[in-house]
Amino acid sequence: MSTGTRRLDLEEVGDVTVAKFTDKKILDEGNIQIIGNQLFALIEEDGRPKIVLDFSNVEYLSSAALGKLITMDKKVKAAKGKLRLCNIRADIYEVFAITKLNKLFDMKDNLEAALQGL
Amino acid sequence: MAQIAQFDVWIPNNTETAREVQERIIGLMEQNEWPMRECFGVRLAMEEAMVNAIKHGNRMEPDKQVFIACELTADAITVVIEDQGDGFKVEDVPDPTEDENLENPGGRGIMLIRSFMNAVAYNDRGNRLTMTKLLGVDNEE
Repeated sequence: MSTGTRRLDLEEVGDVTVAKFTDKKILDEGNIQIIGNQLFALIEEDGRPKIVLDFSNVEYLSSAALGKLITMDKKVKAAKGKLRLCNIRADIYEVFAITKLNKLFDMKDNLEAALQGL
Repeated sequence: MAQIAQFDVWIPNNTETAREVQERIIGLMEQNEWPMRECFGVRLAMEEAMVNAIKHGNRMEPDKQVFIACELTADAITVVIEDQGDGFKVEDVPDPTEDENLENPGGRGIMLIRSFMNAVAYNDRGNRLTMTKLLGVDNEE
């Protein structure tokens, strides 16, 4: 990894990687870049394209973070992998719904549901 | 409606200082017992507007500044954000929810501002945004 502080806790469950955000707020462009690099490395370096993103710590995110998630989704699709999002609180879900990104992303209520059939 | 708090400030063109002003404004709302959900929306609208001003308006130029004004009354909060850029035409920004734009990484800030605030207006030049949230009033969708 060429990036600095880790912004994701990673756990391997079979062939799925569960990536849990450690930040409450995903806003800062530099931090979003670090998160992106850490996520992209899972696909490009580690060859693990089945990923669940766990938002349980996240209280707040902006459109800059949404942009990074969209790029992540494209990379996962290109690698023929799967990406699921889970544990998204209501306020944050509203941000996805307003921008209609709830249609683009596969979102599940909790980690158990996200891991099922992945 | 009587004013509870008002301030305005010029800040350097960086997001760290912009977020300090956001905290100050959210602090005023919390002190006046605005619901968390509405604080979330106003904070998000301010984040998007301030990042737009710094990044797109002032093009990250360190010698430029951003003007922020805030007025809080018992039933509304108004925030003005002005950059020193050339401005833009809001109608030129493509709808990010159209199918052909849905996978574009950018272009969602203005839509989020409009969704979470009740009134949003730009000046003619397009470098000053005035946005208002009314306490307890949701936009009709």
